[in-house]
Amino acid sequence: MFKILLSRLLQSILVLYLLFTITFFLTRAMPGNLLASERAMPEHIRAKVEAYYGLNKPLTTQYAMQLGNFVQGDPGYSYRLEGRPVIEVIQQALPVSFQLGITAMIVALSIGIPAGCIAAARKNSLIDTGSMMLAMLGICLPAFVIGPILAEYFGRKLGALPAYGWEAGTPNTWILPAITLGLAYAAYLSRLTRAGMLETLSQDFVRTARAKGVPGSQILIRHCLRGGLIPAVAYIGPAFAGIVSGSLVVETVFQVPGLGRQFIKAIETLDVPMILCVTMIYGTLVILANFVTDLAGAWLNPRLRKSA
Amino acid sequence: MTRCTLLLLPALLCLASCQRETQVEKANREKIFIVGNANDPKALDPHLVTGVIEHNIIRALLEGLVAEDPESDTGYPPGAATSWEHNADFTEWTFHLRPDGKWSDGAPLTSADFDFAYHRLLHPDLAGPYAEMLYFIKNAEAFNKGEITDWSQVGVATPDDYTLKITMREPVPFLLGMTRHYTWFPVPRHVILRFGKMTDRFTKWSEAGNYVGNGPFVLKEWRFNDKVETVKNPLYWNAAHVKLNGVRFVPVENFYTETRGFLAGQLHTTYQLPPPLVEKIRAEHPEFLRQEPYLATDFIRTNITRPVLDNPKVRMAMSLAIDRKQLCDNILQGNTPCGTITPDLGDYHPDQIVSFDPERAKALLAEAGYPGGKGVPRFKILMSSTGSRATIEALQAMWKDTLGILVDPQPKDWGSYVTAQQKLDYDIALAAWTGDYLDPSTFLLMWTKGNGNNNTGWSNEEFERLLSEAAHQSDEKQRLEFFKKAERILIEEQPILPISYRGRNYLLRPEVKGWHKLLLDNHPWAEISLEP
Repeated sequence: MFKILLSRLLQSILVLYLLFTITFFLTRAMPGNLLASERAMPEHIRAKVEAYYGLNKPLTTQYAMQLGNFVQGDPGYSYRLEGRPVIEVIQQALPVSFQLGITAMIVALSIGIPAGCIAAARKNSLIDTGSMMLAMLGICLPAFVIGPILAEYFGRKLGALPAYGWEAGTPNTWILPAITLGLAYAAYLSRLTRAGMLETLSQDFVRTARAKGVPGSQILIRHCLRGGLIPAVAYIGPAFAGIVSGSLVVETVFQVPGLGRQFIKAIETLDVPMILCVTMIYGTLVILANFVTDLAGAWLNPRLRKSA
Repeated sequence: MTRCTLLLLPALLCLASCQRETQVEKANREKIFIVGNANDPKALDPHLVTGVIEHNIIRALLEGLVAEDPESDTGYPPGAATSWEHNADFTEWTFHLRPDGKWSDGAPLTSADFDFAYHRLLHPDLAGPYAEMLYFIKNAEAFNKGEITDWSQVGVATPDDYTLKITMREPVPFLLGMTRHYTWFPVPRHVILRFGKMTDRFTKWSEAGNYVGNGPFVLKEWRFNDKVETVKNPLYWNAAHVKLNGVRFVPVENFYTETRGFLAGQLHTTYQLPPPLVEKIRAEHPEFLRQEPYLATDFIRTNITRPVLDNPKVRMAMSLAIDRKQLCDNILQGNTPCGTITPDLGDYHPDQIVSFDPERAKALLAEAGYPGGKGVPRFKILMSSTGSRATIEALQAMWKDTLGILVDPQPKDWGSYVTAQQKLDYDIALAAWTGDYLDPSTFLLMWTKGNGNNNTGWSNEEFERLLSEAAHQSDEKQRLEFFKKAERILIEEQPILPISYRGRNYLLRPEVKGWHKLLLDNHPWAEISLEP
């Protein structure tokens, strides 16, 4: 077990290193200008500013500098927010993205899994086709359609919820962004759960249980759920990383001060330290999520444990 | 899923109904003014920024020699200075600071703070991006470029703690208006030096908790992408007159989101109403709609180093083929058609030189040797990816129908868009310019040879001679006459094709009082009150 963990750790470090290197050079290969502004910057001033950021050094030196900074845990100063350490910006944005991600995940799980179970239990009934149609709709409708519709209706017409904004201590500001973000994932989850449950329901031990007279709800919850959830769990891990990092649209529509918007703005302004830092965070999240998923999968499915 | 959704939604709505009071209602009660401000400021150190977004916040935190007049762009109420005088030819200005002026930490505000501010912004080691705003001061440019290193040679003197003398390099009759730009504001010397050297770019002095200002409000909190919160400064010299308890700046970069938030009671005023929403708002909420002229001009930049575009007749023909009225009526709502670049400013009324004239346009193109557009290459029109597609499509149609000239849009992200123009790597470009102060020079000086904002490849000796005559002219009427002549040369040669004077469409709640129509749009926060 220790050996497996160690090898995964080493693999992860290699992946992160490659991610850093590729991102750095891709960012620097992007067209545009780090110091672009509406007002042209006089040459003598531009040279000074470039020297401040070390941009006058050869690209490989800059790369080494940035890598050194990251290894020491300090990505340096943001270019876009002049004079502000990247860490400070991340410290504000990351908790917000996590909060949004977790709330959205709760929405996704609490809608997706029960819906999938019910659909599987009532296979080919009206409930099954109805909920699977809704799920397809949820998958197809992007957040930038659902978000503004929800904001327009609940925010403006009903005045029941804020149309945008995010207050850490005010849960009613979380509702609309979390639903918007969670719905698409709920839809996927319900389809995966349905498929997993159907497969489990068709197995012999279920038939035996039925023959013994175990009530349907008990078969569903006690006997089938654990096996039926395996495909959904395999999806939840990467989905969580995606939900935290992929909330760019929702963060923009609802004006949520999370990591996604920082990322977009950093790319627009070629804020290299910020781009690198956010990319590394996303990379780490994906690696961690995959690892946790593997562990959860092994717990749910004893066959996997033995093969590992 | 249906069942769960049905169960969940009422629960959420119950939870939601807790929100009885909108944010604006709460803010009205607390006297907090909530302003849509488009984006995060790049910084709050006035020496590191160049933008309007920053200006809106910084002028709440700091105050210049002269304050803003809430009702007039040309009114000059006292600010940090109580009185001022100048010599006959506007080359020497003396400002008398108020003896009771204080920083928000209680330290006295003296002339040394102004001297320190100008020294810092002009210091080559700081590399302030907007130092050129101070180049009107004698020797300032040389000091900034490192040609002289002795600060005492620059035209800033402090005979005593409350007197500031500024010697200009040329007559500057419009100095009072300029001192309201943040590049002319004082900065707290004692605080900046506590956190580092004068020329340090990155220190913690401008963070919330450390920021010390002399404006009507002080910085309370800046959460990135979320809000900049300011609260009333009890030590401001006119604090008794300030009616608000604070101003909150919200960086909503999506203007549709911003409008939705305003209508849901989350903002007192918006930064910009998207043009496609203007008619809808006019029909549904006329009480909120504001359409006011703004000190900015939309135009088309041409790269005159490219073949065919190097012919002024072709450029003029393209300009005459633009139906500006149609553009403003249908796409650029709130803008007014213009035939030159500088808007009417006080006593300056430039001639409107070009207007829609398809017949003359066709004739000129034929005269240039391209009848019916034959032989004109297919141009690319550069635009920023957030620019108006509809404008480009209208221009495409107008040039094609009238002249037979074909153009293709070339959208680029902001950085690449700016760089392409600076490197003259484009054919024609959709552009705009915002004036910084109320004088034609803010629209005309940029077209001189080698100016970093020219980006057309165009220059003209007579044009520059006239500008220099204007610069050395102390008679105001004469001075403006020189500008007018210079502007005529610029427009007749058409390195730029004027389109429209910008109007600003935005929303404002009726309970906001003390907010009047202003060309520069610098509404003094200290004068605003909320009376629901």
